[in-house]
Amino acid sequence: MPAVTMTVNGVSRSADVEGRTLLVDFLREKLQLTGTHVGCDTSQCGACVVHMNGQSVKSCTCLAVDADGADVTTIEGLANGADLHPMQKAFREHHGLQCGFCTPGMVMSAIDLVNRNPSPSEGEVRHWLDGNFCRCTGYHNIVKAVMAGADAMGGGS
Amino acid sequence: MSGNGSNGTGFIGASLKRKEDARFLTGRGRYTDDINLPGQLYAHLLRSTVAHANLGSVDTSAAEAAPGVQAVFTGPDMEDVGGIPTGWLIHSKDGSPMVEPKHPAMAIGKVRHVGEIVAIVVAETRDQAREAAALIDIDYQELPAAASLEAARADGAPLVWDEAAGNLCYDWEVGDRAAAEAAIDGAAHTVSIDVVNQRLVPNAIEPRAAIGNFDPTTGEYTLYTTSQNPHLIRLLLGAFVLGLPEHKLRIVAPDVGGGFGSKIPHYAEEAILTWTAGRLARPVKWTSDRSEAFVSDTQGRDHISTATLGFDEDGRFVGLKVSTQANLGAYLSTFATCVPTYLYGILFAGPYTTPAIYCEVEGVFTNTVPVDALRGAGRPEATYLLERLVDKAAAATGIDRVDIRRRNFIREFPYQTPVALQYDQGDYDATLDLALEASDWDGFEARRNEAASRGKLRGIGISTFIEACGIAPSAVVGSLGARAGLYEVGSVRVHPTGSVSVFTGTHSHGQGHETTFAQIVAETLGVDFEAVDVVHGDTNAIPFGMGTYGSRSLAVGGTAIYNAVQKVIAKGRKIAAHLLEASEEDIEFADGNFTVAGTDRSKSIGEVALTAYVPHNYPEGLEPGLEETAFYDPLNFTFPAGTHVAEVEVDPETGEVELVAVTGADDVGRIINPMIVNGQLHGGLAHGIGQALLEHCEYDDEGQLVTGSYMNYTMPRAGDLPNFNINHNTTHCTHNPLGVKGVGEVGSIGVPPAVINAVVDALSPLGVTHMEMPATSERVWQAIQAAQAQD
Ligand code: FES
Ligand code: FES
Repeated sequence: MPAVTMTVNGVSRSADVEGRTLLVDFLREKLQLTGTHVGCDTSQCGACVVHMNGQSVKSCTCLAVDADGADVTTIEGLANGADLHPMQKAFREHHGLQCGFCTPGMVMSAIDLVNRNPSPSEGEVRHWLDGNFCRCTGYHNIVKAVMAGADAMGGGS
Repeated sequence: MSGNGSNGTGFIGASLKRKEDARFLTGRGRYTDDINLPGQLYAHLLRSTVAHANLGSVDTSAAEAAPGVQAVFTGPDMEDVGGIPTGWLIHSKDGSPMVEPKHPAMAIGKVRHVGEIVAIVVAETRDQAREAAALIDIDYQELPAAASLEAARADGAPLVWDEAAGNLCYDWEVGDRAAAEAAIDGAAHTVSIDVVNQRLVPNAIEPRAAIGNFDPTTGEYTLYTTSQNPHLIRLLLGAFVLGLPEHKLRIVAPDVGGGFGSKIPHYAEEAILTWTAGRLARPVKWTSDRSEAFVSDTQGRDHISTATLGFDEDGRFVGLKVSTQANLGAYLSTFATCVPTYLYGILFAGPYTTPAIYCEVEGVFTNTVPVDALRGAGRPEATYLLERLVDKAAAATGIDRVDIRRRNFIREFPYQTPVALQYDQGDYDATLDLALEASDWDGFEARRNEAASRGKLRGIGISTFIEACGIAPSAVVGSLGARAGLYEVGSVRVHPTGSVSVFTGTHSHGQGHETTFAQIVAETLGVDFEAVDVVHGDTNAIPFGMGTYGSRSLAVGGTAIYNAVQKVIAKGRKIAAHLLEASEEDIEFADGNFTVAGTDRSKSIGEVALTAYVPHNYPEGLEPGLEETAFYDPLNFTFPAGTHVAEVEVDPETGEVELVAVTGADDVGRIINPMIVNGQLHGGLAHGIGQALLEHCEYDDEGQLVTGSYMNYTMPRAGDLPNFNINHNTTHCTHNPLGVKGVGEVGSIGVPPAVINAVVDALSPLGVTHMEMPATSERVWQAIQAAQAQD
């Protein structure tokens, strides 16, 4: 079994994994970082989005070995103690979550959008979130939250 | 609305941020698949790949010998346990009970739908279980399938169950057939409609999961499960399937990632995992993947109907007759039988005074995944049919669409409908007026013309509707065949230092109960919002409950909590009277203080709580402690109502429908947290719009699911939806103390006909008069082509 080493939320983590182990399973099962979710098996729902080297990836569509040497951030790595990331705060403020299952992926995806496009329009937000399903919110408040989060991030971070 | 709770502390009516968000936003939610127990094994469920077959040999020997495998079980291993039960007994027109075949947890002798469980393989790892399952050799002796309503009701159709002739489970009716037919026969005008209410897949984003566990030293079973109603699962699993007493069966439904009805039923998986854990005396975990969910989560809707509405010269409705076939799938799921009957037929008065109504429904078995509740459950199907008919009536008479609705509105309450329900309250004109104004209905022609200048066909559509929520009065549902009561339970524990734990039998899987219920308690008990925590989802922690569905959590569960608070206050009054050396009758309670009337002498709820737990100076004969439980059985359904308006633009070249505006004017009763209420409306609207424009679950003739993944089942995405224009006009429910009605299902009930009425309106200049759901670009394009070919 290949060994992989990656930095996850600022901490170096190593483990032996099978070649076929998905990054999401590595995170959830080896590292018990269960904030990253699995909602589908066709790479469409986005519940599994994490950041790899600063960019959003669907961790269900990426092998753990492909993340060898990478810098990975999950939803658990965003807040600074009790101090939430501005995007997390914006989701809370604007009721951008209900059951919370899509939420980690939404937040991670939204931060990547703002990093690329500091002041996205509503249409750009909706377009960017094409790969993230939410069955609870109808997206209305998610879109509001992402735009407010973008403002609060002051044009990307 | 402003905070106007009984103690005026302002928590009720405030958009407080949610208590549950911090954990969800930081990845600290605890969903079933996040839980791992020491020594846990993993299960793979092998499912039928064919829709209908006799099961020949099932050879599990190779799987049993595979690496890591601990056990393989098939249907006959569980033959001695009870069948998976159905919660509602329906009687046919002739008084005979429905056909109710035994539903084995795993297939015995026959499989009846793709996805039915044939075997469970338990191994040390998930991959080992999956790989071993592939080694099981099953001899499927295939039979022709009855994969749709049409196929199942055709002459000589294959039988899903030998005991169900014509694949009929029941042939039910409500209302007065003779009166409705006579009214229609004598009517100045009639319109008829044939509609399909297509099958949908609920698709909560969290797939179902379950972990069974058994402690041989205590004999206690524990099941962690993705459920909307843990006590109901305990009742069905314990009493009907495995024969386990309540004190030896604990059900935990932790954080649950959406339900929408698909996590109400007691599923075979729950029985299999619990039973298997008992056999192996080790925890066993199963997590559905999405492909599996498509063939094993209950599905929704799937009706074919024909209906006729009679009306007089002035457009006043005189009679309505509806005949529906409802697809129940291969097995009867928990609420399968009542959704297309008592949650459907009794809705046909809508907000209108139609004096004679009759509805008949055939419940039909097919070789498809079982059908059960899906957001709205029966009420969207009824509302869609009715509101399409009303638009047809308007078109047939030339009476304006708004006007014909208004002419028929119920305005005197209470109102007894001809189909069993009695509405307590409502103001349908108010929500209609509000919607017309908010949607700028009167300005529409200018927008239509502007769109036409861009080559687009613009249409506007409306629906005015009621719904029956807050299920339900136990005696009423019992007389109609329900096998359980539908009351709810709330417990309020005031701790010695004045903080409060609230226990509710409802379950929150997105609805925000931890916040809303805390607001009710903070307001009525006069304590700080932060001092109140709400506990749900564990049968060992909560006294009892029936769970969350039918928009009942606030109206029924919230009232139970409110009543428990009143009991706490009543006891506190006795304690305070003793401490203040006053008579109990002279003690007034407000803002968390017990005060002797007309004086400034008072004791706070905190002081009273401390006294209750340190009862040194205490009323004689009164029990120490400050904790009360209330069971609340509602007196009636609640009747949220509203008007929804949708505006679309159709591209005549491609048939593409763009939803440009959605306006809701809703009366959901008293609002506790406007932010959460609006969120519920948004979600329901998205679900309803998904049905109107995008979603369609299809099987082929062999019973194979054609739309079995997100690749071919179209879920609404952010880019498919507009922002929603939400407006409220509130009347208070008259029969619960909070005045609340319910909001979770409003959008999915009200908006589909508004959207389709808008599409038909857009296409009406071309002569198109009807459109089935979903109004996909292909369907719309074909309707345009067909209409043009006729010119
Ligand atoms: S789990 Fe659905 S896209 Fe990754
Ligand atoms: S909040 Fe439930 S799926 Fe998005």
